[in-house]
Amino acid sequence: MSRLSEAFATDEPAFIPYLAVGDPDIASSKQYVEALVEGGADCVELGLPFSEPIAEGQTIQQAIVRSLSGGITPEAYFEFVDDLDVDVPLVCMTYYNLIFRYGADSGTAAGEGDHTAPGPRPFVKRAAEVGIDGFVVPDLPAEEAGDLRDACDEFDLGLVFIVAPTTTDDRLDTIREQVSGYVYVQARMGVTGAQADVSDRTAESLARIANWDVPKAVGFGISTGDHAARVVSAGADGIIVGSALVDIVADGVENDRATADVADDLREKARELKDGALRGARESPEAQGE
Amino acid sequence: MSSDSSTDGKFGEYGGQYVPEALMPAIEELRDAYERYVLENEDGFVDEFRERLRDFGGRPTPLQHAEHLSDRYGREIYLKREDLLHGGAHKLNNALGQVLLAKYMGKDRIVAETGAGQHGTATAMAAAHLDMPCEIYMGETDIGRQRPNVFRMRINGADLNPVTAGRGTLKEAISETMRDWATNVDDTHYVVGSVVGPAPFPEMVREFQSVISEEVRNQAQERFGTLPDSVVACAGGGSNTMGAFARFVDSEARSASGRSSGRTPREDDDEVNLLAVEAGGSSLAVDEEEGVAPNSASLSTGGQGVLHGARTKVLQDEWGQIVESHSVSAGLDYAGVGPELAYLVDEDRVSAVNVGDDAALEAFHRLSQEEGIIPALESSHALAYVEEVLGPDAEADADGADELGDRIVINLSGRGDKDLETVIEETDKRSIPNAPDMSEFAGGL
Repeated sequence: MSRLSEAFATDEPAFIPYLAVGDPDIASSKQYVEALVEGGADCVELGLPFSEPIAEGQTIQQAIVRSLSGGITPEAYFEFVDDLDVDVPLVCMTYYNLIFRYGADSGTAAGEGDHTAPGPRPFVKRAAEVGIDGFVVPDLPAEEAGDLRDACDEFDLGLVFIVAPTTTDDRLDTIREQVSGYVYVQARMGVTGAQADVSDRTAESLARIANWDVPKAVGFGISTGDHAARVVSAGADGIIVGSALVDIVADGVENDRATADVADDLREKARELKDGALRGARESPEAQGE
Repeated sequence: MSSDSSTDGKFGEYGGQYVPEALMPAIEELRDAYERYVLENEDGFVDEFRERLRDFGGRPTPLQHAEHLSDRYGREIYLKREDLLHGGAHKLNNALGQVLLAKYMGKDRIVAETGAGQHGTATAMAAAHLDMPCEIYMGETDIGRQRPNVFRMRINGADLNPVTAGRGTLKEAISETMRDWATNVDDTHYVVGSVVGPAPFPEMVREFQSVISEEVRNQAQERFGTLPDSVVACAGGGSNTMGAFARFVDSEARSASGRSSGRTPREDDDEVNLLAVEAGGSSLAVDEEEGVAPNSASLSTGGQGVLHGARTKVLQDEWGQIVESHSVSAGLDYAGVGPELAYLVDEDRVSAVNVGDDAALEAFHRLSQEEGIIPALESSHALAYVEEVLGPDAEADADGADELGDRIVINLSGRGDKDLETVIEETDKRSIPNAPDMSEFAGGL
């Protein structure tokens, strides 16, 4: 079993929080991730900020801007992961260009730049060294993922793919062949962002992949314990929450709050979400003996 | 319409579809519609497109012999007058094609990004013409420097969504339009404004723009009985570039995995030299500390990368973060470039060259004074390159002069009315030897 699947090894639904590393700085980020794990996280998606995050809504875009302004680089990110003292699987969430370019001699410089890119292997190798267990790459559909898939296989890392409400049956087959670790079920159309309610397309999406042997984690729009409960009772093996947590970090920045206070709030929010997920598991048709 | 192109959306290593999963079905639907309507003329799509380009757009545009420039350079200089197309730039060719295609596909809403505002105005015009609701995303910086186009879009009835992220230019506007599309993909078509983005956009936009080179071929044959020695076009994203080059690139050069050609490639195609002139801005170097490239020369200086759905040449820092580009010309101000153009440069079929802001301004004033045509700052880059190679102050660069040859077609991709405020400001800041004194207007507009 890959380390990524361990997050789903128990009968409990998995809670998978997302934070952008370096938001607003490396030291705070570390405390925030630890707080989330103390609050019940079974796996953490650690965002490596990219300058053109086309799949993100306003909340995470701003987190990425804060982190990039703080000077985060892929190497600083890897050092962060290396220093992190948590005992849950870690997933690197980033955009493909950073994976594709890592290890190039230089970027762009009047005719002296490294015009070819090394491809994903150096990035994956380094990620494996520091303890990353898998990847989510929102701008890399299964068709373009061959090189990254090969590198992940070589270093025994998971490669998570997203299934959207619009994904066709043909494409589901392609994704199923490539996916490992867990499958990320996008609960609704659009970009990331906390919502007042969760989409009822979730149950429909989960039903389409019910017979896949990878765990199904639902994300996009989950922001409360009640959302978590509903998604899990609809059949999800886990929940992914980003924007609702990033909102707490953003509030800390805007109101100049102490890092420890923000971490307390994150821990509490994590408990709410994890408890919601557990409640959802008890209420699920399966638990009711159906 | 010719159909020589790759079937897998790749141009060598470039191109592809690097987009969120939620968009993949829409992109597949678009590819299917593109093949049926555009390549196979299903339901008479191409006939209607051609008719509307003629009656609404004013095609064909002239291939004009520029007498004074010809005297100046001792060569025969021809201007392909895309500035005379309705809206004042080549952009309508693509916008009209895509809005019409969206109608054939049964979509009921159009979104588009715009940089200089030319694509936004063309899309707004096409959408009004074809009765489609239209929303345009435009960076705040560009809104500030392209006000006449902002007014035109609103007057044509389009809604304008300002984009505040980043530096507020084209790159941010594209990202934001992709997010809109990802949210509303069921009923919305995204009219991509250049030969960029995920497949099939680079190929499809090139096909809509290829009417430029198709006309140039015919007009050259009529005018002087042979093909031109060279075609010179400015390159930002590269839509006027690919439009001006497409019918001079034979299918073999375009892609080894090419679909069979609807047009028989001609032996003499390869003898037409194709020059893509990028914006050299104020310098070709990148300030990695600030994340800024003071140029938009991704073909000349960029590295391979993945941006906005395609693998192409990209201005980026050592880690792969996209840097902010710069050009005095908003329409060239972009950190990426069309993947097919990147491929053709690697294959040595297209030469990538560049000229700086000052040279472009000088060329702007020259054409205005000597030929009575106020060119777009984008097109001024193409004019400036010819001046750099053949003008009175040209360095003795025999290769460059040979490459241009005796009969030179310059694609005058747009007119410069939209740029007047910028030109007055920028001219006043520098010493442009051939510019009229405009200090009395600077800062007061």
